[in-house]
Amino acid sequence: MVNFVWLGMIVFGIFVAAVNGNIEVVTKAALDGADNAVKISISLIAIITFWLGIMKLTEEAGLVRALAWIMRPVMNFIFPGVPKNHPAMGAMIMNLSANILGLGNAATPMGLIAMRELQKLNRGHDTASDAMCTFLALNTSCITLIPTTIIGIRLLYGSTDPTEIVGPTIMATAVSMTVALVTDRLLRLVYSRKGR
Amino acid sequence: MFEIIAELSRWAIPVLLLVVPLIAALRGVKVYETFVDGAEEGFSTAVKTIPYLVAMLVAISIFRASGAMEVLVALMSPFLDTVGLPAEVLPHAIMRPLSGGAALGIASDIIKTYGPDSFLGRLVSTMQGSCDTTFYVLTLYFGSVGIKKYRYSIITGLVADLTTLTASVFIASALF
Repeated sequence: MVNFVWLGMIVFGIFVAAVNGNIEVVTKAALDGADNAVKISISLIAIITFWLGIMKLTEEAGLVRALAWIMRPVMNFIFPGVPKNHPAMGAMIMNLSANILGLGNAATPMGLIAMRELQKLNRGHDTASDAMCTFLALNTSCITLIPTTIIGIRLLYGSTDPTEIVGPTIMATAVSMTVALVTDRLLRLVYSRKGR
Repeated sequence: MFEIIAELSRWAIPVLLLVVPLIAALRGVKVYETFVDGAEEGFSTAVKTIPYLVAMLVAISIFRASGAMEVLVALMSPFLDTVGLPAEVLPHAIMRPLSGGAALGIASDIIKTYGPDSFLGRLVSTMQGSCDTTFYVLTLYFGSVGIKKYRYSIITGLVADLTTLTASVFIASALF
């Protein structure tokens, strides 16, 4: 699927550029994209290093396990493949909490830590595990309480009530989170039958 | 209600930064050494994501710059008209899973043009707030641990995005 999407974007893009007669934009776009990607990764060094340090402290203090223990009924149901009280559970809870609160800067490193813990449990070396798929389904669809950026933009353009979209956002994300979890479960069944 | 949540998000990290080292110290953890120990892998984790992000962002960048998005919008608009999605927000709907920055740009533009309190302004605000940059998140998260085969993750992500889109249109139409 990722191969298809990737190839599709490139082939369709180049085709459209050729038909429109502005093929020269392709080279610049490709290099800009690469440049942007490296900049993002480099800018992640600081926050990932910082949060990895904090997360290690959280772990050593026993707080990650405590968090996993508190949330275990929900987490065990959503992630049946991950052992109870595993550090991955705690990291995933911290990532999802940060996401819900709209703390993007903290959410990403915590998510990467969760992925690292999940990778330790993964038997397929370069293949996503069931738990990883579920985690990412939850991560990308998860309930958002505060869409910080868009509230700022609404304020900027003189909205009389910039936060009125908070309610609709919570509702929309609640629906999509439910659908994502159900889809994930169904696809897991389909794919495990296929033996992939 | 919103004020409470906003306060909570303002305090969350400072409180975490205060409480975690304190509890660790009380439990006899050597806080400084442990922090450095954990932080050690920050560089390699970040750098590991480079090839994955380059691959994905190059494709997205070509797709955007070539005008392919406009073609896709034209192709999809008859179908999306039937589900009640206004044509103005369609570029946003297509960009949202691919590029957070581009989607935000489109959303700001719609808010600027039609006003934040117009139906389109509120709808696009809801869409921006409730979707995530699915492709970026998948690429980054899988890339950081060297996963190349995403299995059904992309399908789940796209189904979720489509659901958010439909739900946003439905909820915004009902409320505003």
